[in-house]
Amino acid sequence: MTAAVSFRGVSRHFGTVKAVDGVDLDIAEGEFFAMLGPSGSGKTTCLRLIAGFETPTAGRIELFGEDVSGRPPYRRAVNTVFQDYALFPHLNVLDNVAYGLMIAGVPKAERRRRAEEALSMMALPGYGGRKPSELSGGQRQRVALARALVNRPRVLLLDEPLGALDLKLREQMQDELKTLQRKVGITFVFVTHDQGEALSMADRVAVFNEGRIQQVGSPEEVYARPRTRFVADFVGGSNVLHPGVAALFGGRPAWASLRPEALRLGPPEGARITGVVTAARYLGAATRLVVDLGAGAPPDGRSDVAVLVPGGHPVPAPGTRVGLAWDAEALHPMATE
Amino acid sequence: MSVLADSGPRPAREGVGGRLSDLLWRRPGVLLALLLVPPLLWLGVVYLGSLFALLLQSFFSIDEFSGVIDRTPTLKTYGELLRPANLDIIWRTVLMAAAVTVASVAVAFPIAYYAARHARGRWKALFYLGVMLPLWSSYLVKVYAWKLILAKEGIVGWGFDSLGLGRVLEAFLAVPGIGGNSLSVSPTGTFIVFVYVWLPFMILPIQAALERVPDSLVEASGDLGATPGQTFRHVIWPLALPGVVAGSIFTFSLTLGDYIIPQIIGTSARFIGLAVYQYQGTAGNVPLAAAFAVVPIVIMGSYLAVAKRLGAFDAL
Amino acid sequence: MRPDRAPWWLKAMAGGGLLFLHLPILLIFVYAFSSEAKTFVWPPPGFTLQWFGRAWARPDIWEALSLSLRVALIATLVALVLGTLCAAAVARTRFFGREAVSLLVVLPIALPGIITGISLRSAFSLADIPFSFWTIVLGHATFCIVVVYNNAVARFRRVSGNLIEASMDLGATYGQTLRHVILPNIATALLAGGMLAFALSFDEVIVTTFTAGQQATLPIWMLEELVRPRERPVTNVVAMVVVLVTLLPILGAYYLTRGTETVAGSGK
Repeated sequence: MTAAVSFRGVSRHFGTVKAVDGVDLDIAEGEFFAMLGPSGSGKTTCLRLIAGFETPTAGRIELFGEDVSGRPPYRRAVNTVFQDYALFPHLNVLDNVAYGLMIAGVPKAERRRRAEEALSMMALPGYGGRKPSELSGGQRQRVALARALVNRPRVLLLDEPLGALDLKLREQMQDELKTLQRKVGITFVFVTHDQGEALSMADRVAVFNEGRIQQVGSPEEVYARPRTRFVADFVGGSNVLHPGVAALFGGRPAWASLRPEALRLGPPEGARITGVVTAARYLGAATRLVVDLGAGAPPDGRSDVAVLVPGGHPVPAPGTRVGLAWDAEALHPMATE
Repeated sequence: MSVLADSGPRPAREGVGGRLSDLLWRRPGVLLALLLVPPLLWLGVVYLGSLFALLLQSFFSIDEFSGVIDRTPTLKTYGELLRPANLDIIWRTVLMAAAVTVASVAVAFPIAYYAARHARGRWKALFYLGVMLPLWSSYLVKVYAWKLILAKEGIVGWGFDSLGLGRVLEAFLAVPGIGGNSLSVSPTGTFIVFVYVWLPFMILPIQAALERVPDSLVEASGDLGATPGQTFRHVIWPLALPGVVAGSIFTFSLTLGDYIIPQIIGTSARFIGLAVYQYQGTAGNVPLAAAFAVVPIVIMGSYLAVAKRLGAFDAL
Repeated sequence: MRPDRAPWWLKAMAGGGLLFLHLPILLIFVYAFSSEAKTFVWPPPGFTLQWFGRAWARPDIWEALSLSLRVALIATLVALVLGTLCAAAVARTRFFGREAVSLLVVLPIALPGIITGISLRSAFSLADIPFSFWTIVLGHATFCIVVVYNNAVARFRRVSGNLIEASMDLGATYGQTLRHVILPNIATALLAGGMLAFALSFDEVIVTTFTAGQQATLPIWMLEELVRPRERPVTNVVAMVVVLVTLLPILGAYYLTRGTETVAGSGK
């Protein structure tokens, strides 16, 4: 099966700035795909390359096996939901949604019917007569989604889709987007700098840094087995162990990651590794402790590890000396970069 | 057709417009050129070309007997600028421009301050229009209005007489250098009208600068024990200064170049603008007029260089 | 700072300043009805409407008015096209020399009008171009560009760049985007800019004296009346009409751009 979106050695340089630098990537049809990375990592440029707002300086971009690198946005079967939604302020909601159909030459009655249908699907029936300025942020986003989906694109691009919403709405929209994607069954590609969002929504995640892809994989893979220190750091949560510390834990003397929930507390007597609790943070379902491993820690790496204590277990007070236990397979070595 | 074609009807992008659009997308430079070439051609040819022509003319000279323009490059015309009579004109103009600028700041500041920091809602709109309408009102009508006001039998003379102060006005008009037959033919009249006509140009940038002073700064200064006067001197005035400088660019430049006000209201003493006008017109000495016109450019050029250092352009 | 905290003397100075700006113009209105024909005597000895009829019957006024309107119309159209193109280039794209272009647009109005005037005159004389209707338009369009430009550039900045991308993303070509998205969004700014340009041109005298030759626009007609008065009451009437005619586009432009961060008129 051909991929919905393929990057073949794609670079986009702006003068001396390598916004995207030699990216190879395949996004399967029907996938919910996340591009994750800090700002300036090249993820948004990649999205704009798919949409056609940027052209690659090298390499090519394929949609369903066809090279589209030389095609303007209006000749690509993809639609975009913009970060600020980019609703046309001079048109009402219905005309916004029907814009693509109007451009495509769909007769007035039909485009009205389809636009209203799309609004109903987005739980906004009867909002067609309003101006975008009269809507809340969440409603604007639904209009933007309806405006893109009504054209029946084969790929939907979403630029930081939840970035402008407040926390509660953001969590609600995460579930809704996931449900929506399953319902329409088309490929969703979204860009985010929020690892929680990427992990909770996407089928697969590509982690970007400095114009390159660091790792592509399922959320579990990226979270549990980060390929590089950057991924471990950015996706977060995991302990990044210096080669010396990794050896202490029985691994190869190379950088390694170890999930906090894979560590168990025990009495210091007889434990292979002991440390002192320096801080505790109550998270509701669990408590996150920081355990200082003390002397012998390398100067350029962290000498403490995070340990997640599930709810119901006793939580030692800061200052307590504790022993650590872990499963050997939880220790995951990383590439050296 | 490709797999990307959807099932709907074919849109308009397949026509000529679509092909032109493709070209613009592939070559953003072409789009930029289409946008920029017409205005740059106009401004470059018509305006810069004319400025160049002016500069060129100033290096020509005039044959004093035949009145024919000699088109061989020379600095002779600039040399004529240094004659005492012409230096007088330059000096008088700069002095007037400076006086007008200082007076404009004094009158404009309270208006700008009130509009920026006190007026809200309807009053704000009123102040805005109240400055904007005179700014855009006919310049000649404004000058003419002052001719009516300052005339010997006009409203100012009538006002002084009604208050029994007619003698005060007469005494003032008798002062050499600033007085005259009536206010409308005195340097004071010229000065008043300059201040009046350029005043909106001073109010707007000061107001813009003051709008950007956060209230918290003023409150912080008061909180730290400053009196309102001290707050004004140490907080508000320094922050408003770029606006004042921006406004002074307008008042200075406009006074330097004006030739109508001194012609209609004032003595027969000439200013740079009037000199330019008369040399090119009745005297037919275009080279000297051109050389005179270069003087305000040079003055404003140095003024702008200093103003840029003071950050005045952020307030424009 | 709350409005009520303004001290009385500040209110008085601000209010007095506004009155100072407006009273002279209002005075013209009174004089237009004065029955005194020879001098500017105050208070007017009586009031009459006869000067309106007298002004109405003067063909030279009608000729000057017609010339002014035609010049302003054509100059505004030229300025609209050139100013909008320039604003689109400067606001929408980054290119080398952007600053220089905006400076070039502002220059004709930043330098004293007499410089623009004498420059154009020098150029006409060097190129042997005789004065005509078109030499006046040439000068007016040059300094009107900046007014349109200022209005358009502010609006282009406000219209998010994403709107154009959104339109193309939804299948529209550049041409369709221009028609369905860009023009509807900048229309009021262009209208406001055009009105201000019209007012500016209609009223301009300094540059015009250098580019008009023997023809008289309405301001030139007025200037001649000021220098060599013939029938003062008629001048009063014309002055009043000129104020009213320029007032309308200014108010129109203000209401068109109200509520936006850059209100029309700051560019003069």
